Amino acid sequence: MNHFSFPILSTLIFFPLVCAVLLMFIRSEGGENDELLRKIALVASIVEFLISLPLLKYFNDATAGMQFVEFVPWVKSFSLNYFVGIDGISLWLVMLTTFFVPLCVLCSWTYIQKKTKYFLISMLFLETAMIGAFVSLDLVVFYVFWELMLIPMFLLIGVWGGERRIYSAVKFFLYTAAGSIFMLVAIIYLYYLSYKTTGVGTFNLLELYKLHIPIAAQLWLCAAFTIAFAIKVPLFPLHTWLPDAHVEAPTAGSVILAAILLKMGTYGFLRFSMPLFPYASHEFMPVIAFLAIAGIIYGALVAWAQPDMKKLVAYSSVSHLGYVVLGLFALNIQGIEGGIYQMLNHGVNTGALFLLVGMIYERRHTRQMDDFGGLAKVMPIFAIFLMIATLGSVAVPGTNSFVGEILILVGAFRTYPICGVFAVSGMVFGVVYMLWMYQKVMFGPVTVEANRKLPDLNRREIVTMLPIAVLVFVMGVFPGMFLHKMDSSVRYFIDQYQSKYEMYQAEKTGNGLASRLHGYKVANCDARFQGGVDTPGR
Amino acid sequence: METFKVILPATDYVAVLPQIVLVATALIVLMMGVFKRLVNGSAVGCTALAGSIIAFVCTLFIGHHGRPSSAFAGMVLHDGFSFFLTGVICIIIILTILVSMNYGKFFESIRSGEYYSLVLFAGAGMVFMAVAGNLILLFVALETMSIAIYALTGFHKDQLKSGEAAFKYFLLGAFGSAFLLFGFAFVYGATGSLDIVKIAGFIKTHPRILNLKFLVAGFVLMISGFGFKISMVPFHMWTPDTYEGAPTSITGFMATGVKAAAFAALIRAILVPLAPMQHSWVPIMWVATFLTMTVGNIIALAQENIKRMLAYSSIAHAGYILLGFVAGTGLAQAGMLYYLLVYAFMNIGAFAVVALLCKKGEEFNNISDFAGLGFKYPVIGLVMSVFLFSLAGLPPTGGFMGKFYLFTEALRSGYVWLVLAAGVNSVVSIYYYLRVIVTMYFKPEPEGNAVVISSISPGIVIALAAAATAVLVLGIFPSYFFSLAGNSIFSLM
Repeated sequence: MNHFSFPILSTLIFFPLVCAVLLMFIRSEGGENDELLRKIALVASIVEFLISLPLLKYFNDATAGMQFVEFVPWVKSFSLNYFVGIDGISLWLVMLTTFFVPLCVLCSWTYIQKKTKYFLISMLFLETAMIGAFVSLDLVVFYVFWELMLIPMFLLIGVWGGERRIYSAVKFFLYTAAGSIFMLVAIIYLYYLSYKTTGVGTFNLLELYKLHIPIAAQLWLCAAFTIAFAIKVPLFPLHTWLPDAHVEAPTAGSVILAAILLKMGTYGFLRFSMPLFPYASHEFMPVIAFLAIAGIIYGALVAWAQPDMKKLVAYSSVSHLGYVVLGLFALNIQGIEGGIYQMLNHGVNTGALFLLVGMIYERRHTRQMDDFGGLAKVMPIFAIFLMIATLGSVAVPGTNSFVGEILILVGAFRTYPICGVFAVSGMVFGVVYMLWMYQKVMFGPVTVEANRKLPDLNRREIVTMLPIAVLVFVMGVFPGMFLHKMDSSVRYFIDQYQSKYEMYQAEKTGNGLASRLHGYKVANCDARFQGGVDTPGR
Repeated sequence: METFKVILPATDYVAVLPQIVLVATALIVLMMGVFKRLVNGSAVGCTALAGSIIAFVCTLFIGHHGRPSSAFAGMVLHDGFSFFLTGVICIIIILTILVSMNYGKFFESIRSGEYYSLVLFAGAGMVFMAVAGNLILLFVALETMSIAIYALTGFHKDQLKSGEAAFKYFLLGAFGSAFLLFGFAFVYGATGSLDIVKIAGFIKTHPRILNLKFLVAGFVLMISGFGFKISMVPFHMWTPDTYEGAPTSITGFMATGVKAAAFAALIRAILVPLAPMQHSWVPIMWVATFLTMTVGNIIALAQENIKRMLAYSSIAHAGYILLGFVAGTGLAQAGMLYYLLVYAFMNIGAFAVVALLCKKGEEFNNISDFAGLGFKYPVIGLVMSVFLFSLAGLPPTGGFMGKFYLFTEALRSGYVWLVLAAGVNSVVSIYYYLRVIVTMYFKPEPEGNAVVISSISPGIVIALAAAATAVLVLGIFPSYFFSLAGNSIFSLM
């Protein structure tokens, strides 16, 4: 499929880990080497970003199949393989990860004062786990990285978090672990099914795509995967860990959580539960769409009521992720591309908002909106960046979210118009609470004396924010650049999904053609996959 | 009855070479204890360590030649299963002695020759349990092990708790042994043999015997007897008290070694020879497995004392291993073996860290004593986290791979609900393991009476490093060990 001989994905996965191990050997009792540690971590994460750039350059956007694949047998007796690769769907998520980690290191430069070494180690370790989860194509390898993400994030919240950090960290851990254990059982069950049908069990995702799963089993398995991913997204009503985790986490933790970890859930839907269980996904569609809508509106309303800026942004995440899920489950090219695009946008915008809230918290040690007012005059640069992030977040034309949300809405209207109507109302609420916040914090007279002498952003902070601000507009004005890369993968995804769904549908209705259809479709898909030919959209 | 040959071939002795080494070392150590004035304290421990390492090397050296054979007229079986478990038990003994050598710095009595010789005797008993091909030898080995462990449990002679623990364990253990013996008698009555291979052969040729009440009664009694040793619910009552009162080094030894030996005997004496009875034991064992996991995990949630917590967690782990017993296939047996190997490292490792938190004549066993430890002693915090995450079954540790193996095999045999229950249990268990990590890393060090680790000997460093490395290797590169376990299952050809 791809003749890229350098194992670039493995390098991306393990380079941060190696750096983290190196950091362990630097002495830092009493923080005498903290500056050095930060510099090393920053350089490491920037190098990581540079390593990921060739992915963009050499990515072949005419192919729907996996690229840059690496395949190494891991455990022979269970036919477990270290199998990684990316397609148009995961490409941008990997890029998003490598893009954000250096910014997180930068934004924690002064914010994290104690145990800096361990903070940086956790950060790099987390990067390894996140990239690993995005690129793995073997279910067990995916599960390993998926669980691995928990530990550093847990430490980030628990050690460097706010007042209720222990509660939040444990809640975060247990919620996610509880969801994923069912996924593990489902993964093993899939292995067992493939063992029963073919005589050789496999955890290889691409092989399992071709597996015929009985409808009854499909419903259970899909439910198990869906719960794991819905907790991660988080889908209403499983979202309660999110505001806690966000509010208590240090800035960098919130940014990573919002920008990347939450995407794990939506990515999981797209990569695992939908293509593996098309029939069951279809059955669950109304429920999930309803929950997504509920999340959009509920998240927006609760965000509106928050006096705390960070909480407001956290609840806005619940709302925005609702859009993403709605888009994905609209199951047409606009909806899915919009969903993926919105994943990136949400990462960029909400990441920016958390960074900015963190910056102001570092200055005033409060995040209550009532404590501010009139900051626009005191901190003009800050005001500009917050404006950009806010506009991006409320989907003003010209910014990135506009493209994503429009695509999602078009997709949603095509599939279920009523949902589309409700989703639009969420957008209106979004404008209300975001601008409300901006107005309260930025405009009006300076009421609190302490705010008068607040220093504006320093050079480091500007360097942190600038790439994001640029990205907001680039993604808003040239969406084609980004969408183009994912086109063929998404088309192929939908095509596969539809044909498999029809096959199951036929089987369900007892159509005699079912079995023949099955054989034909599988062979057909297989040929397409092997050839990596761009498939015509429907 | 075969005619007893007075002169046995040398190969027979080679088959039990590790045990011979262990017993010989135990005797030497005992003598060293008598001549206390001539040898200094640490020499005793070093001798015991050297002996157990030689036994381990012997095991590796003898290996297994693929084809199973027997020695001493079928008394001792020499196959892959023997090799694997002898290896695991030798590792457990070595780690225990390393831990004890450091632990002995705080407690006078742990330094003595009796202590080490009892550990070695118990170890020899465990190895014999794993290799026994005859129910009588199995029983003698079990008693050798148990009596030594009873004595070791009460080794804190000046502490009431320790005495209580030993007494409780002794009384209940005696009951367990009696049940077991009873069970053996019934099986003998039903099949006319005490030789495991012959029992199996008899059942195969006389399938009607399966309906005989004698055999069923024998099975139930045997399960109860072994159930005591592996602390299967409802025979688990002694576990928390005994684990709490025993010296920490011995608790780790009990939790891993006794369990490994008892599971080995369970496989040797029940799972394989009585396999045709499987359909009748599955309902009982299904419930017992479910209860063992659930009771262990739920009670562990409420524990403040880390030794008690780990005691309940060990009950839960027995439940996970029993999944393999319920599944009953050869591959499931391999899963059990693999889990025992992983469990040996992660559990002794955790107890080794607990055993570090001592000062002269006193142990710090509350979870709150771990506050702030993670950043004060980063390396110890790290290895403890590795052990705890492994016990909780999170990747990339051996605990995850062990559970993965067992879950897969249990599902392959069709026990979906039991696997789901085990999954839910794993989540429950995460909570209490996480509590220790939370205390270590998130809670500030208490003012004033902070716990200090006053003695870290090179031995314990090696033990912890080796255990942590092993746990990670077993989790990240399990392939070799999976196939090793797969090749080591006990079967009757």
